[in-house]
Amino acid sequence: MIKAPPVNATPLDRRSRELRCQIVRMLHKGGRGHVGSAFSLVEILRVLYDDILKYDPKNPRWSQRDRFILSKGHGCLALYVLLAEKGFFPEAELWKFCKVDGILGGHPEYGKVPGVEASTGSLGHGLPIAVGFAINARYEKANYRTFVVASDGESNEGSLWEAAMCASKHKLSNLTVLVDYNKQQSYSTTYEVLDLEPYADKWRAFGFAVEEVDGHNVEQIRAAVKRAPFDPDKPSTIICHTIKGKGITFVENNLNWHHKNKVTDDEVKSLLCELEAKE
Amino acid sequence: MRKTCLDMVYELARRDKRIFFIGSDLGIGTLKQFKAEMPDRFLMEGVSEANVVGMAAGLALEGKIVYVNTIATFLTRRCFEQVALDLCLHKANVRLIANGGGVVYAPLGPTHEAIEDIAIFRALPRMTVIAVADAEEMKRMMPQTVEHPGPIYIRLGKGGEPIVTNDRVPFKIGKAIPMKEGGEALIVSTGIMLKAALDAASALAAAGIGAAVLHVPTVKPFDQETFLELARPVPVIVSIEEHSVIGGLGSTVAEVLAETDFDMPKRFRRIGLPDVFPDQYGSQATLLKRYDVTAEQIVSVVQQLSQARPLTVH
Repeated sequence: MIKAPPVNATPLDRRSRELRCQIVRMLHKGGRGHVGSAFSLVEILRVLYDDILKYDPKNPRWSQRDRFILSKGHGCLALYVLLAEKGFFPEAELWKFCKVDGILGGHPEYGKVPGVEASTGSLGHGLPIAVGFAINARYEKANYRTFVVASDGESNEGSLWEAAMCASKHKLSNLTVLVDYNKQQSYSTTYEVLDLEPYADKWRAFGFAVEEVDGHNVEQIRAAVKRAPFDPDKPSTIICHTIKGKGITFVENNLNWHHKNKVTDDEVKSLLCELEAKE
Repeated sequence: MRKTCLDMVYELARRDKRIFFIGSDLGIGTLKQFKAEMPDRFLMEGVSEANVVGMAAGLALEGKIVYVNTIATFLTRRCFEQVALDLCLHKANVRLIANGGGVVYAPLGPTHEAIEDIAIFRALPRMTVIAVADAEEMKRMMPQTVEHPGPIYIRLGKGGEPIVTNDRVPFKIGKAIPMKEGGEALIVSTGIMLKAALDAASALAAAGIGAAVLHVPTVKPFDQETFLELARPVPVIVSIEEHSVIGGLGSTVAEVLAETDFDMPKRFRRIGLPDVFPDQYGSQATLLKRYDVTAEQIVSVVQQLSQARPLTVH
C-alpha cells in the first residue's frame, strides 16, 4: 500500500511567513519557479543563515567562511531571498529572477551569484563537491565546516551514495548533510516513485551519524545543527521532515506547485493573502 | 608513457603542495612513493568515478590542482556530467589522466576501448584535450599542466612507444608541432599515430611524394593557425588518429578545411576507426591493422589522392 502524504501542523512565525512572501514576489516577477520546493526548505536555510554559518557578505570568498551547497539547486528561490537579505547582493536582483539581465537563474550558479559555492541544478553533484571542500579543510587544518542541503528525490542518485561512502571513510565530521525530506518528488510521492525507506537507516549504514527533526520547527533544526557533529568520527545527517509547499494550504503536497510556470496575478494575490492572513 | 606521466605527477607534487592525486581503484603499488611521502595528498577512492570527479572539483575550487587517474572509458562515459558540470562549468583545475586511450585495451573488449573519448570531451566548453606521442613528450608536457587554467584530459598510450618526438621545439599546450616538411601533401596526426605519420612520410618521400607531418598533441584547443600555414600550400591533406572518425582530430581538421577559403582546392581524407565497436580481441596493433589505421594506409590514401585528376579552379 502506498503511504499517504505527510502532515505537519507546525505554525510558521512572522519571519518564516515574510521569507515566503519574498519568494512569492520573486515568483511573480520571474513568472516561474520551484515554489513547493522552496517553501519546503525555508526553515532549514533560515536557521543556517541566521544562526549557524560563518560568512562575510562583503567578502564572499573569505577563507574561513563555512561552505554551504544547496545541492537541491531547484530550491534556490529560498536561498536567493536569504542571500539578498544578508547583503550578498542588492535586493533589486531578486526582481530580475530568470531575466536576461539578472544573475539569479532557475538554478544557482557559481561565479555569478555571490555566496554560491557550486553550481547545482542537476541532482547528485553537491555532496561529492562538498567532500572535496571538507577534505581540503582537514588538509589545511582550517576550521571551516561544510554543509549540504540535499533533497529526497536527489537521494535516488548513485553519486550521492558514492560520496556518502567516501565521506564516512574519511571520517569527515566537519561535514553535515541536511535532507529536505518532504516525501514528494516531481512525479509523485517518494514512496511511489522510488521509496527511500528505511531512509535514516540507509544513512547510518553508509557511516553517518543521523538525527531526525521537524523541518519546519526552527528550534529543533537549530538545536540539531548546533549539536552536530553527532559523532567525532563520523559525518552527520539531519533528516528534516518537511512538507512540500509548506505554509499555503492549496500548495502543500500539491505537485502542480512543484514547479510553476505562468503564475497569474490572481494566484500571487491568493498566495500573499494566505501568508499575510496569518499575521 | 603512463609510468612517465605518473612519475611526473609525483615529481610535481613534491615541489608544489597544491597538487593532489586521486585514483579510483588502480593497480597495486601505483604511486607507492607518492603515498608514502605525501599521504594526505594521495587518495584512492574506489570505483566511484562520479564522486571522484566531484570531490576533485571541490578540492580544485579550494585552490588545489588535482590529478585524477583511471581508465579512459570510465572518465569519459561513466561520469560525463560530473566532468561537464563540476569541472568545465566551474573551470576546475583538474587533470584527468586516462589510461588506455584508443584501443590499448583490445584484449579486454569494447567496455575498455576509448574510441570516442576525444569526441566526447572536445564538445565540452573549457576542456583541453591532450594526446602526446611518446614518453619524452609527456615529460615536456606535464610541467605545463600545473598552471594551465581549467580542466585537462590527458590521453595515455599503451606504454613503451618508440620515441619519435624531439625537444627542438619546446612543448606548449595548444600548439601543434610541424615535424617534417613536404610540398605535396600534409599528414596530420595526434597521439601515438605520429609514428605512423612519420613512417608514411618517409615511404612517400622514397616514392617521390613530399609529405609534411603536423603533430597535434593538443586536439582542443586546435592550433588552427599552424595547421592552416601547413595546409595552404599543399593539395592533399590526410588525418590519422587512433579514434573514431567521428568527432576527433579528423573532424576538427574537416571543420577547419570546410570553413576556410583556399586559393587552391584540397583533397582531404580521414583515417581512423570506423563507426563501430571493435569486434575482435587480439592487441592494439592487430585492431589498428584490422581497421586500416596504419602507415601503409596513409601512403596508399596520399598516393591515390595525389594521382587523382588534378583539381582545377573554375
